[in-house]
Amino acid sequence: MANQEVLIEAKALVKRYGDFTAVAGIDFQVRKGESFGFLGPNGAGKSTTMRIIAATLTRTSGEITILGKDPEKFGPEIKAHLGVVPQTDNLDQALTVEENLYIYGRYFGLSKKFIKPKIEELLEFAQLVEKRAVKVEALSGGMKRRLTIARALVSEPEILMLDEPTTGLDPQARHILWDRLFRLKEQGVTLLLTTHYMDEAEQLCDRLMVMDKGSIMAEDSPAGLIKNYSTKEVLEVRFGSDRNAIVAPQLRELCERIEVLPDRILMYADDGETLLHELGQKGLHPLTSLVRRSSLEDVFLRLTGRTLVD
Amino acid sequence: MSIRQGSLALVNVERIKNRGAFAVVESRAMILMKYLPSLLSVAVANPFLYLLAVGVGVGKLINTHSGGVDGVKYLTFLAPALLATAAIQNAMDEVVFPTLEGFKWHKSFFAINATPITGKQIANGVLMAAMARVLFSVTVYGAIVYLFGGFTSMRGWLAIPTSLAAGAAFGAFIMGIAAWAKNDDSFFMILGRFVMMPLFLFSGTFYQLSTMPIYLRWIGWLSPLWHTTELGRFMTYGHHITAMMFVVHIGYIAVMFTGGIIFSHRQFERRLSK
Repeated sequence: MANQEVLIEAKALVKRYGDFTAVAGIDFQVRKGESFGFLGPNGAGKSTTMRIIAATLTRTSGEITILGKDPEKFGPEIKAHLGVVPQTDNLDQALTVEENLYIYGRYFGLSKKFIKPKIEELLEFAQLVEKRAVKVEALSGGMKRRLTIARALVSEPEILMLDEPTTGLDPQARHILWDRLFRLKEQGVTLLLTTHYMDEAEQLCDRLMVMDKGSIMAEDSPAGLIKNYSTKEVLEVRFGSDRNAIVAPQLRELCERIEVLPDRILMYADDGETLLHELGQKGLHPLTSLVRRSSLEDVFLRLTGRTLVD
Repeated sequence: MSIRQGSLALVNVERIKNRGAFAVVESRAMILMKYLPSLLSVAVANPFLYLLAVGVGVGKLINTHSGGVDGVKYLTFLAPALLATAAIQNAMDEVVFPTLEGFKWHKSFFAINATPITGKQIANGVLMAAMARVLFSVTVYGAIVYLFGGFTSMRGWLAIPTSLAAGAAFGAFIMGIAAWAKNDDSFFMILGRFVMMPLFLFSGTFYQLSTMPIYLRWIGWLSPLWHTTELGRFMTYGHHITAMMFVVHIGYIAVMFTGGIIFSHRQFERRLSK
């Protein structure tokens, strides 16, 4: 991946709205075939960065090139090679599923001869063959999302950009969507996505940029981030809401780091079971306990002191 | 699903730069075709009933008692104004609702803006599609006027281009307002009641503007309907206008159209980059 050509490059990228700084001077590179994610809570600056890349929002300062071009000078040239899936589906409600795919192809100047077989492929991909003649307004949330993704693929884009692709979907719809996106990744499509779901980031991204308040907190592969910013395992213990804070100082002495959350305490260690055993030996018996692997949520907590989904 | 060629080979940006607005027209046409039966019935029933009541009914009264208006039958006098009114009404419907839909209701313009098509091209496409519907409606209207004997000669058909000019100038301007408006259709309901209706009534539609008190004539002077109606009457049956007024009428419509396009382009680009 490191040898692949750089498709997107940002240097000291800034976006301000009056006094508010949405993006505070970030640098990053995305290479061809990579699956790159912006992970962060709402308001972190992820969507703003995506819109600057998509050539639909101008930057305040800094430099950015997409496919070697400046989006402020070459908007249409850049947009020609992007597939954009926005946070909210903006499908044409008056048209059917296949009409939505057809007309989007026409916006890219594609011929009817090309679009016709492409629609069949996309309907198959989005598992919407049966719904082809149905108006968009009658589709479920998951189906609309898959159609929006299929629509973004009509022009065979160099980069597929997905802003919060599974927000608001039920677990089953999310898994179907992840499967579809994973297939694209396998085909070598460059994916650029924003998410505030750590499981989504872990499933889909080769490399992640953790953002908070417009700045980059860390950047690495999901495994690399966990390795650098957390322990192998986490022991989650609950002593009851009024006792958590009281026992916290004692727990702190037993492991590398602890995080006291409103409902539970997270204890970071490489061996959770052993730590739980030690707790028992000290006469500390939590009401509930759970040993799990460290996740990106823990990384985020470490970096920002806050959880991803408030 | 496979990526066989990739967008670098597939997408011709220069072609989109030249022809992108036509893809927007195509999308509008696809949507309009879904409403074809109602569009057709409105296009026919509206002028038919109107001409039956006002053109023929009121016309008979006027023709009998005053020997027509401006030296011609009342329907002949009325026809250019009715066609221009229909053009303005149709243009307004076809620019306002798609624009509100595109920016506010379903945000479909933001989806188009993610493609190589620019905000200006979206605006141009919406207006071109609206004008196609206006052309259809005023042609049907013209045919019905013809059947009612409202055209004294083939020159009567020249009311079609003058009404198109009314629709284009008004449509271009109102499209910019629709793109600028943060609120939805209640604003346009107010516009319809308090702007459109007075324009229709005080633009020399049913009688000559010169018969109105001087303090009300300014409404007509500001109205594209009056300017195009005057041109239409001049073209269809030789209504007298001075050479200077001919230039003023054409100039007013040209300025309103050009200004409307510039205003719309700015509003579309501004809204899409927010």
